[in-house]
Amino acid sequence: MSTAEQQLQVPQSPSISMMVVLSSIAMVSGFLVVLVSQLTAPIIAENQRRAIERALVQVIPGSVSHEEFLLQDGKLLPAEDSAAGESVYAGYDANGELVGIAARAAAQGYADMIHLLYGYDPACECIRGIKVLKMAETPGLGDKIIKDADFLANFDALDASVDMQQMALVNPIIMVKHGSKQHPWEIDAISGATISAKAVGKALNQSAQALLPQLLPLMQQLERQEQQP
Amino acid sequence: MSQRRSDPHITWDSFSEGLWRNNPVFVMLLGMCPVLAVTNSAMNALAMGLATTFVLVASGYLVSLLSRFIPRQVRIATYIVIIATFVTIIDYVIQAISLDLYNSLGAFIQLIVVNCMILGRAEAYASKNRPMKSVVNALGMGAGFTFALLCLGGVRELLGTGALFGFDLFGPQFQPWVVMVLPPGGFLVLGAWLLLFDWLKQRREQKQLAISGEQTNAV
Repeated sequence: MSTAEQQLQVPQSPSISMMVVLSSIAMVSGFLVVLVSQLTAPIIAENQRRAIERALVQVIPGSVSHEEFLLQDGKLLPAEDSAAGESVYAGYDANGELVGIAARAAAQGYADMIHLLYGYDPACECIRGIKVLKMAETPGLGDKIIKDADFLANFDALDASVDMQQMALVNPIIMVKHGSKQHPWEIDAISGATISAKAVGKALNQSAQALLPQLLPLMQQLERQEQQP
Repeated sequence: MSQRRSDPHITWDSFSEGLWRNNPVFVMLLGMCPVLAVTNSAMNALAMGLATTFVLVASGYLVSLLSRFIPRQVRIATYIVIIATFVTIIDYVIQAISLDLYNSLGAFIQLIVVNCMILGRAEAYASKNRPMKSVVNALGMGAGFTFALLCLGGVRELLGTGALFGFDLFGPQFQPWVVMVLPPGGFLVLGAWLLLFDWLKQRREQKQLAISGEQTNAV
């Protein structure tokens, strides 16, 4: 590049031209990003809704439709009205009967937080299913918590009944060594994935201890909400 | 300017350069972070390769188109802004296509921004060539990158889980070689591929040397 050409290309004050170029490119790129974000936002929201729906069908067996509520200071609010609070999902069968509720739980696993969704069946006062939403456990070892059939069988009917005072669970959900499960509130751990399995148990215990005593007195609201419309 | 704009003709070589002779992974060893990190399954490798190709092509086109207007002092900053724009776009698009895929690729989609291969192409090729030629070259580079990722992802998934693209190939009695889908497996498989490619290269060079030697002898 010769100097004559360079002078031709770069105007009198180069810092102005730099600013003009940088800001116009930044503007164009901002426009592009906003455009794509706007275009894809409804699709992404729909994908997320479908992913939650799929998980809900899995953790609340027999449920057909679902509704999201938020639990805030001991009160249940429809999800649209409020942003703060803990999400609780109610699952209904084809007749609109409440068959179960689902909530999120999380605990520190081996690599990162394990986020999961679990379904609670008020009829048998037990946890009917779990679904891991997000995890970064070691493939082949820690990820047995989503693949191992024996481990998942723990959650066919995991006892989580609340005591008379409605303060806590009668029996805390605990993790026991692989093959020594005796009570319905115990989870049989996976050998080789103890930390990950323990995290699942801890997440369930923490969430159920905190949530279920609050939620059970409000059970009526969950049913009535569905029958109104 | 005439010096900067090298040969304007689009040849087969402007495409195939990235495929074989200057393969970004096996020859130039660029962009090793996604190469090692996301190739634990063939599907992830393919998605990562395609996403990177899109960013390469789009940013190559724009950089080549705008190269006359970009002052030299701010060219790197400008390239990064352009690249980051397309990375953000592909980030949204992948979220819209499949959330599972998005979750399994994790932060590595955003990290395409700092893939040195893309910045390297923008600086070394796109800014010196015509838009169409840059696009063709970027397509070749992207194809070479995707091919290399698939080589790694395929082998690692096959050995580590006994499946390819999620299809079980060996049946339940297969004992997976778990280390292959873990980070060390990435290094092992990459090393094996590099060994193979270098051996092929050396053999070709020796053959050429032998041919030219014969010719000089004949003369």
